[in-house]
Amino acid sequence: MNASRRDFLKQSGALVVGFALVPSLGIAQEPARLPGSLQNNRRLDAWLAIEPNGRVTIFTGKIELGQGIGTALSQIAADELDVDLARLDIVHGDTARTPNEGQTAGSLSVEQSGTALRFACAEARDILVSAAAAKLGVPAADLNVSDGTVTAPGGASVTYWDLAGAADLKREASAKATPKPASGYRWVGKSVARRDIPKKFTGGAAYVQDVRLPGMVFGRVVRPPSPGARLVSVDDARVRRMPGVVAVVRDGSFLAVAAKREEQAIRARDALKRSARWKETESLPPSGDALYRHLMSAQAPAQTVADKASATAGAAVKTLDAVYTRPYQCHASIGPSCALAHWKDGALTVWTHSQGVFPLRADLAKALGVDPKQIRCIHAEGAGCYGHNGADDVALDAALLARAAGGKPVKLQWMRDDEFAWEPYGSAMVMKLAGGIDAQGQVVSWSHELWSHPHSTRPGSTPGVNLLAARHLANPLDPGLPPDVPQPSGGSDRNAIPLYDFGNVKVVKHYIPESPLRTSALRTLGGYANVFALESFVDEVALAAGVDPVEFRLRHTTDPRARAVIEAAARKAGWQPGTRGDGARGRGFAFARYKNLACYVAMAADVEVERATGRVRVTRAIAAVDAGQIVNPDGVVNQIEGGIIQSASWTLKESVRFDRTRVTTRSWADYPILRFDEVPEVDVVLVDRPGERFLGVGEGAQGPAAAAIANAVANATGKRLRDLPLTPERLKQALA
Amino acid sequence: MATFTLRVNGARKTVQVEPETPLLYVLRNDLLLNGPKFGCGMAQCGACSVLIGGKEARSCVTPVSAAVNAPITTIEGLGTLEKLHPLQRAFIDEQACQCGFCGNGMVIAAKALLDRNASPTGQEIRQALSGHLCRCASHNRIVRAVQRAAREMRS
Repeated sequence: MNASRRDFLKQSGALVVGFALVPSLGIAQEPARLPGSLQNNRRLDAWLAIEPNGRVTIFTGKIELGQGIGTALSQIAADELDVDLARLDIVHGDTARTPNEGQTAGSLSVEQSGTALRFACAEARDILVSAAAAKLGVPAADLNVSDGTVTAPGGASVTYWDLAGAADLKREASAKATPKPASGYRWVGKSVARRDIPKKFTGGAAYVQDVRLPGMVFGRVVRPPSPGARLVSVDDARVRRMPGVVAVVRDGSFLAVAAKREEQAIRARDALKRSARWKETESLPPSGDALYRHLMSAQAPAQTVADKASATAGAAVKTLDAVYTRPYQCHASIGPSCALAHWKDGALTVWTHSQGVFPLRADLAKALGVDPKQIRCIHAEGAGCYGHNGADDVALDAALLARAAGGKPVKLQWMRDDEFAWEPYGSAMVMKLAGGIDAQGQVVSWSHELWSHPHSTRPGSTPGVNLLAARHLANPLDPGLPPDVPQPSGGSDRNAIPLYDFGNVKVVKHYIPESPLRTSALRTLGGYANVFALESFVDEVALAAGVDPVEFRLRHTTDPRARAVIEAAARKAGWQPGTRGDGARGRGFAFARYKNLACYVAMAADVEVERATGRVRVTRAIAAVDAGQIVNPDGVVNQIEGGIIQSASWTLKESVRFDRTRVTTRSWADYPILRFDEVPEVDVVLVDRPGERFLGVGEGAQGPAAAAIANAVANATGKRLRDLPLTPERLKQALA
Repeated sequence: MATFTLRVNGARKTVQVEPETPLLYVLRNDLLLNGPKFGCGMAQCGACSVLIGGKEARSCVTPVSAAVNAPITTIEGLGTLEKLHPLQRAFIDEQACQCGFCGNGMVIAAKALLDRNASPTGQEIRQALSGHLCRCASHNRIVRAVQRAAREMRS
């Protein structure tokens, strides 16, 4: 498949060049636009294979990370092909076997991969049915398909598996076959049980940590004590003599060790740490409030994101402004990053939980100085990542160490402190909001100005190589300065443009590409902080206007789908307009459409406040979600529940600790997250839209959850907290 | 190196390792079990939990030398895909995870809980699991799964 796809790309490349050289012929045209990821992976056999043994294999460049994408994609494929779900096998993210769909990110997998599979499978079904028609001597239109068996009116039949050889899928997709209407679905729209779950509760080989190769040894890395540190000396000779040690790699400030047994590798790591001498420098920004002053004073030009003047908006009778902040926050995966690397005859195979095996391969090739063709990256699940954590970095660590391990495969597992200290964080941000209302309480001016470091520095997103070890090598590779993710989805400015019908809207960003602490994609990118600020400020303005927050939002909303989720959430929550908190209990509301172009989420949150301690507990959250056509309702509910509770954890507790030299967040003791006795009950109302475009939901709830909680605290206490996280200290101070 | 004989999931297993080797690495690398996970190595998260003599233990900080005197049960010892333990079945039926990396510890802690309290309240379940971290935030599903398993085991 790989070779044939390359041939195709070569051909289409040649065509494009030919056209470019003869523009005067007037036939220069791009190949037809194909839906979803078919656009860049245009062959049918890149997406599916009909096996003679009665199985169907589907191939996707999107990877399973516990979000259930493998199940959702299987549902779509099974429906279009008219086969039983149990016949499907799925291959995720393998540079030798699957389409290149870039990163599994942005809640785009159902949209991109699901849409491609939908059209590819519909077309494959047509091809198979045509082949059956020829074999049975019956017009295709008269045939009926059930679980891969094609039956003629007279009862004669032939199966897909009989036709596997005759039906030619080695061709470019046309996307001309019509996918099923929503009414024709058997699997899509049902809460099909996830295919990845049973092995996870029975000790099956479910994760990259469970991959074992013959002769495999165990690796650990010794990171510098701080981002600005350089290795001065280390007694690696002594460590090489320790029991079980197979290899020690010292290259600049990159230090790693492999041993026959895992605990030996850990002991060797400890020994290296003890003997290493580092030169440290103060490279980090100030912390606390000073961090935000530091961000706002950065040399970063004001870039206008939106500037919409309104001729009809009148003069403001009341104006207000407020500044909101969000600290650096961790992905904090439960399992630290891990990878396996195996060099054989100059070629490298890496098992990785990266969200993008193709971009990772490209950056590994640059960092290792080898041809990308010599590298194969195979996805295997890791612990949930929630964005760009250490998954890609550890792949280079493992490859560097394996190169010194004499052909032995190396499984390199980061320790807990490696992950906390070195994963790229969600960027600290400042959001400065201002608004004005007219005499009727309508918003006539709105401004949102923000300061932020990058939110996407994944492999392929930066001009250089952003694999951690690369910057520590004796001949270091620079990650380069990443561009911001452009609108309309946006990066630092994601969801900063209000979706409401406000007059005179201005959105400005100060994007600061240099970041002393590594930052990258954490679920929602800038969306979490921007929605927190925007939706908190909407409540502040509503209060100033003397209008109930839900009513205020509806008055400024014409999009019927936005109105529908706001109304559904308010109804389910039993929202009582104008209810004041009683000092200890309160309720808040918020809404966003993720990226302003994906799923709609509105929610209410109930909180209880302990005035003596300042402790906030979220007791209940009620969300309404419109994700277009829903593929797997329980999967959507699971994502939204998880998104709300994870966001409650970010919002109430989480902040990376550091001094001017070192990151001091090293363990769960330094980075508490929400525990069982602190999580709210969550109710999710699904607003299904059969026939509408699929919209991913992995990131829809986080922003609204943060704002709903902050609004509930304000409702309960009358005090507005604008700095994340909403810690007991901050609330106590506000209440004092 | 020393020789240790462990009773794991009903079978006797002999390994040659240093006495202070954390049980986790023996289970994963010598006995090739996948259930117990490395999460923190500091007994903070619970991903590595196993039962030793019926009590929950964090295998990442339990030296192998301290694990020889009582039977060890991992999630593999509770049931298999073909013959699921009621807890495993309940976690699957409730779709009680996203990534599932914490799931081993959740099931093990729930087993220890149900062995001492067959009818725990929701609050008691939350209390019993509060030393286990879940980052995907499947907490409520996990509580429902434990309740479902408790019902099934009582009937």
